[in-house]
Amino acid sequence: MRIKLEPRVASSQLMRYGGPVMALAATVIVGGILFAALGKNPVTGIYAFFIAPLTTLFGLGDLLAKATPLVICAIGLSIGFRGNVWNIGAEGQLIVGAVCGGSMALAFYPDDSWYVLPLMVLAGMAGGMAWASIPAFLRNRFNVNEILTSLMLTYVAIELWKYMITGPLLDPGGSSFPQSREFPPGLLFGSIFESARTSVLFAVVVIVIGWLFMTRALQGFKVDVVGQAIQAAQYAGFSQRRVVWLSFLVAGGAAGLAGLIEITGPIKQLPLKFTPGYGFVAIIVAFVGRLHPVGMTIAALLMALMFLGGDELQFSLNLPPAIAGMFQGLLLFFVLASEVLIRFRIKVIRPVRSTAGAVPEGGAGE
Amino acid sequence: MAEAPDNTETSALGDISHRRDHGTPQLELRGITKQYPGVLANDNISLAVAPGGVHALLGENGAGKSTLVKIIYGVVKPDAGEILWNGEPTVIQNPAHARRLGIGMVFQHFNLFDTLTVAENISLGMEGAGDLKSLAGRVSEISERYGLPINPHQHVHALSVGERQRVEIVRCLLQNPKLLIMDEPTSVLTPQEVEKLFVTLKRLGSEGCSILYISHKLEEIRELCDDATVLRGGKVVAVCDPRNETPKSLAEMMIGSEIPVIDRAAQASGGRARLEVTKLSLPSDDPFGTTLKEIDLTVRGGEVLGIAGVAGNGQKEFLMALSGEKPVADNDAVKIDGKSCGRIGPAARRALGLAFVPEERLGRGAVPEMSLAKNALLTGYRTGMVRNGLIQFGRIADYASNVRQAYDVKSAGVEAEARSLSGGNLQKFIIGREIGLDPGLLLLAYPTWGVDVGAATTIHRAIMELKKSGTAVLVVSEDLDELFDICDRLAVIAEGRLSSVVNNGEVTIEEIGLWMSGDFDARTGSSGKDAAPHAEAADAH
Repeated sequence: MRIKLEPRVASSQLMRYGGPVMALAATVIVGGILFAALGKNPVTGIYAFFIAPLTTLFGLGDLLAKATPLVICAIGLSIGFRGNVWNIGAEGQLIVGAVCGGSMALAFYPDDSWYVLPLMVLAGMAGGMAWASIPAFLRNRFNVNEILTSLMLTYVAIELWKYMITGPLLDPGGSSFPQSREFPPGLLFGSIFESARTSVLFAVVVIVIGWLFMTRALQGFKVDVVGQAIQAAQYAGFSQRRVVWLSFLVAGGAAGLAGLIEITGPIKQLPLKFTPGYGFVAIIVAFVGRLHPVGMTIAALLMALMFLGGDELQFSLNLPPAIAGMFQGLLLFFVLASEVLIRFRIKVIRPVRSTAGAVPEGGAGE
Repeated sequence: MAEAPDNTETSALGDISHRRDHGTPQLELRGITKQYPGVLANDNISLAVAPGGVHALLGENGAGKSTLVKIIYGVVKPDAGEILWNGEPTVIQNPAHARRLGIGMVFQHFNLFDTLTVAENISLGMEGAGDLKSLAGRVSEISERYGLPINPHQHVHALSVGERQRVEIVRCLLQNPKLLIMDEPTSVLTPQEVEKLFVTLKRLGSEGCSILYISHKLEEIRELCDDATVLRGGKVVAVCDPRNETPKSLAEMMIGSEIPVIDRAAQASGGRARLEVTKLSLPSDDPFGTTLKEIDLTVRGGEVLGIAGVAGNGQKEFLMALSGEKPVADNDAVKIDGKSCGRIGPAARRALGLAFVPEERLGRGAVPEMSLAKNALLTGYRTGMVRNGLIQFGRIADYASNVRQAYDVKSAGVEAEARSLSGGNLQKFIIGREIGLDPGLLLLAYPTWGVDVGAATTIHRAIMELKKSGTAVLVVSEDLDELFDICDRLAVIAEGRLSSVVNNGEVTIEEIGLWMSGDFDARTGSSGKDAAPHAEAADAH
């Protein structure tokens, strides 16, 4: 008996949507084994990681606060991923968005009139777009691989961030600790409950627009065609260059918005470090969510939960914080592995009863 | 399953065993069955190939010919049934085993490396090829003996398609095969090359090498083959001697019903020029592609203009220059309905009334993992399928469903993915989709390639309808019979140049054949008696 992958006649819808669920189950099982290997009770570990954060109002608020930048970044990125444009640099675009939005607040300081916050939002998005337009330009003009440029620009963005908060934007009244001064209270998004802020509405808007674009708009269809069959796109006259520009500008704008939302929350300044890698985790969110807005919303909540779960494990089981990243990685790994089941099915082959008599292999030839 | 052919075919099968009783068949298949997911490709197939016989395997696309041949060549294992080689039951493990047994196969698509020489290519796929020098000697010897002129030291990229095929045949002959399988060998050849190939094949037969000849070209089979097995829907439906049949009777066995006749509608004379091509040149960006050289052509409304030619002579490049996928530097080189459009892209040209059925269906003419409905949107988005930037899903489903019905596209509804359709059905869908756009100019690449006879008729009828409504139709095809059937005027493309355009009926198939080899001056018409030998002499070296 052996196991064989056999192509399906049509892609399996069950596996398309059931795959991530199976992947989550596999993640929990492997995670449990890992806890056991670390000498912890797997049930306690899994409970602390996946359930405990959801049992308090504080936890739920934090969940929304962390899921917001994730889902915004992921939906922005997913347009590119659908169109075969690989923007790995949302983290850098998010940082530059925060720099630009924060600069706007500090430029008006201490003015906190009603119009400053919208200007900050626009500046944040514009900053992310500007940063994203560099790899887009290089890709279209010189055919430079956008995976490399967008990723490397993230490290440039981190250095830019350090320069800004130790130089031009350094808090003039404070110690020489590398951070900006705090924004006036009028420039922050208000709290709905605990740490959930009104900025969560941006996520709702992005999800709705993303859903319309990806499932209903002609432009979204063109992106899909470019991503799935470039020759068909050329045949129909859909421009790949335009998709590259669109993908990067949308992703950059979304990432910039996410960065702005982060600094206008509880952080309320430009500190030394403010993102736990949202721009990178958003890539996982996009794929775990199957590049579909609804899926990505669920995935963003799940990833946010894993951040919280990681914190919880530190407190309750004394495990290192890296465990959150490991769970996120496991989940992505299993989701990608489950994709094969969409187009293939597993077939168990029992030994074939020979119908043609017993001529041994190669026997007749020599 | 098991009872299938026995009752209907007893007489035919009995007949063949009569003729066969003088010896053991070289190859005999008994009850070969192969099930693929969703389709029974071979259903209890039996056939016998006599030593030295030329046996035709005849059937429409999807009849199961390819599967059967793959089973014989050891690529695919049958689910049931038995193969007798020289009367011995044999399990063919893989192609290498098949070659050791003495089975050679010439595929429809060649497996040659452009950048290597003929001898290097042959040595790659061969066990015990020896050193290149002695191999080259053997190649020359075989090619001389069987009238297959090739130079073993030439690089493959410099060879014509016909020459490449000779390389593949010589590669097989070097292994002294007892059985040579040829899959649609003439689709890439000029009529003159076909005749030379037949001389070679008959010679092989007379030396005792059996040939299994796969084709849907009925005239060829009648000329070449001693026996024929006709497949339909995975089953053997007839066994006959093709020399005693007419093309019509063979075709009816193949499709299982009478073939409808299409008459070429009269050409609407004096239609306005809808496509004007003036001194169109396009350098190839692929080192092994074809550069287009100063092509001039006018296609008028209400006519079908056919372009013949051997594959790889610039058809692909020419169509891309016309469709806008490869814009040209001179904006006036291409005009659609009088508007210059050489530099603009496909979407803008479609806005001028262009529709196009490309050579590759899956991946270019259709997005494989999208539904038929979404594939209707691919080129139809300008025709009311989109409102305020949003897709009208009801509209695209209706459009796709109409195409499905009008062209009898077999699919699991309009939500079926394009890749789940057979090649012929997808081709019908794409042609129907493009015709449904009501184009002023329709470009068709190989419209019936791989399509069954019934579907070809549907497609030809639709072309005639379109022509009556004043559309200009440009057909590029390798199938000369098809071109002579449906075109009003004909031209030939060879090495990136286009011959002059002649009226159908004022040119013979032989002349077109000579033009296909690049000799545009050859005329065998009224005074042509002396032109022909001259051209043939030029062709020979």
